Amino acid sequence: MQEHVQLNSKEVNDILLKDVLGMPKWWLPAVLFFLVVFLAGGAAFGYMLNKGVGVTGLNRPVMWGFFMVNFVFWIGISHAGIMISAILRLTQAEWRRPLTRAAEVLTVFSLTSALMAAPLVHVGRPWRAALWVFPYDFERGVWPNVRSAFVWDPSAVMTYLTASTLFVIIALLPDLAIIRDRTTGTAHKVYSLLCLGWRGTPRQWKLQAVAGILLSALVLPVFVSVHSIVSWDFAVQVGVEGWHSTIFAPYFIIGAIHSGVSAVATVMVLMVWLYKWQKILTPDHLDAIGRLLIIVATIWFFAFFLEWVFALYTLEDPELALRELQVFKHPWMALFIVFLITAYFFPVPMWMFKKVRRNMFWMFVTTISVNIGMWLERFLIIVLGLARRQAFTFDWGTYHPSMIEILMVIATFAWVMFGMLVFAKVFPLIPLFDIKEGMVGGPHKIKIGRKEIPASIHE
Amino acid sequence: MMQTKRSIIGVFKPNRENTVADAMDALKAGGYTEDTEYEVLTGTPYPEGVFGENEPKHALFRYPLIGAACGFIVGLVLTSGTQLAYPLVTGGKPILSIPPMAIIMYEGTMLGAILFTVLGIIIESRLPRLFMGAYDERITEGWIGVTVTTSEDRIAKAEDILNKAGADDLKRGWEKS
Repeated sequence: MQEHVQLNSKEVNDILLKDVLGMPKWWLPAVLFFLVVFLAGGAAFGYMLNKGVGVTGLNRPVMWGFFMVNFVFWIGISHAGIMISAILRLTQAEWRRPLTRAAEVLTVFSLTSALMAAPLVHVGRPWRAALWVFPYDFERGVWPNVRSAFVWDPSAVMTYLTASTLFVIIALLPDLAIIRDRTTGTAHKVYSLLCLGWRGTPRQWKLQAVAGILLSALVLPVFVSVHSIVSWDFAVQVGVEGWHSTIFAPYFIIGAIHSGVSAVATVMVLMVWLYKWQKILTPDHLDAIGRLLIIVATIWFFAFFLEWVFALYTLEDPELALRELQVFKHPWMALFIVFLITAYFFPVPMWMFKKVRRNMFWMFVTTISVNIGMWLERFLIIVLGLARRQAFTFDWGTYHPSMIEILMVIATFAWVMFGMLVFAKVFPLIPLFDIKEGMVGGPHKIKIGRKEIPASIHE
Repeated sequence: MMQTKRSIIGVFKPNRENTVADAMDALKAGGYTEDTEYEVLTGTPYPEGVFGENEPKHALFRYPLIGAACGFIVGLVLTSGTQLAYPLVTGGKPILSIPPMAIIMYEGTMLGAILFTVLGIIIESRLPRLFMGAYDERITEGWIGVTVTTSEDRIAKAEDILNKAGADDLKRGWEKS
């Protein structure tokens, strides 16, 4: 990193704990706003429970609509955290330091949102979901059928959620000790308990370093399996021909990384705007994630292209019917164009420019654009796959989301924002110890010609 | 009956790593044992050996292996048990369907490995620590602490060593027996 701002420990504490130990003016109204929106979604859910799933736009043959689209979308976003955190940790990329925790926390809240979208809301009668997962209702002979993708899915998502949450908690211990040392009374007691009596011995630091690498190495294979299994929810369905694709697993994974890394970049910009952390999160960090996004987006586009090639190469009627629906039929055609532009053709050319990659506003706009596109991508796969406008289909149908569904989808976004803001009020959203580690030994600069540059990039 | 122990900490201002290393050497020369009697406390992870301390030994890598084995077994029992208890008999196919079993066993293996790793990190870090011992809040502000926990008759000598080494402040801590 050429743009290195050298701070001492006290300055890092002051900057990053200012809003944990105090409360910014905007925080309470913002949290209340998101809470109200979330509760509105909760009310819509209650109404649906009372009246039944008939209040949604779901009907034959499109029985998966906004809820499942939202489920896949949030699982995708959740891939941000571990992708950024684990891969950058393992490669010891210096620019990871301010990003890792926000990315991991985004993972945790996105996963809870995904769980809300699918098993809780989508099933219509959520109390039955408990019988499908654990404990099994032995008395009524309820056992999971391990052949079903819907059993693989909760096992993968719950493993990922548990791993991500523990990852966040372990890396929080040193920072909790810093807050413990800066609080009094009840808060001091609570943080003392939470940090487990952390003191900062060489053994504890060594274990932290090893834990970061070891947990990253263990979570990465889970991260790959989660979206593979989510893709198999579709790819192994016997009845929906448009979803039968061997490329679905890697296509879904790279799509998830595309939307997830974009979401992390959005969060980075919000962190600078809301918390004024420009000394910690510099344009250099945005530049680095922008470059990464160009690569990720282009691999995703290649996978998208291949998915189309494989579909058209077979010349099978169901595949052709699905593609025709996506590209030539109103209103899907418009959505398809918006999807392509927002997911790739607008942001990627923009990221080619250094000025855009280093600009907070443009990075915010382009990364939000990616996620609008990626949400539409999932919509076009799921809903149009089920619509099956083709010969010899018993039902031809379409899908119109109801206000109840729209409210519940918006509520999941509010939940993630609410969760992130509450987390950032109680715990530091940037790992202080990681930032301080990056400052140890600095600043050493050497002059080459007329330019002064950092003498070394230390890890 | 255990001998009564006392604890003391010498704190050094930030950027005095050399002085801290000298203090650690002096304690070693004074007959104190590293890790069990004295250790350095920092608010920042320093590169290993900056203070002349020994490399901490740990057995963390065993935990994920044990966890993975446990998770694998649970996955195997769960998937085979449910299929044997409620068999879906299909002509020409085995009762136990291996591919879906592999998926759940894989997740079980990874979950077991991760849970045991986290457990290992906590145990190997010697946490939770119920009593803080001699401690100074300035450590998380960049100061460096050298703490000595030893028998009552040896604490005065340790205090003297830390003073002579140039500690900026000294604090007595709790007693344990």
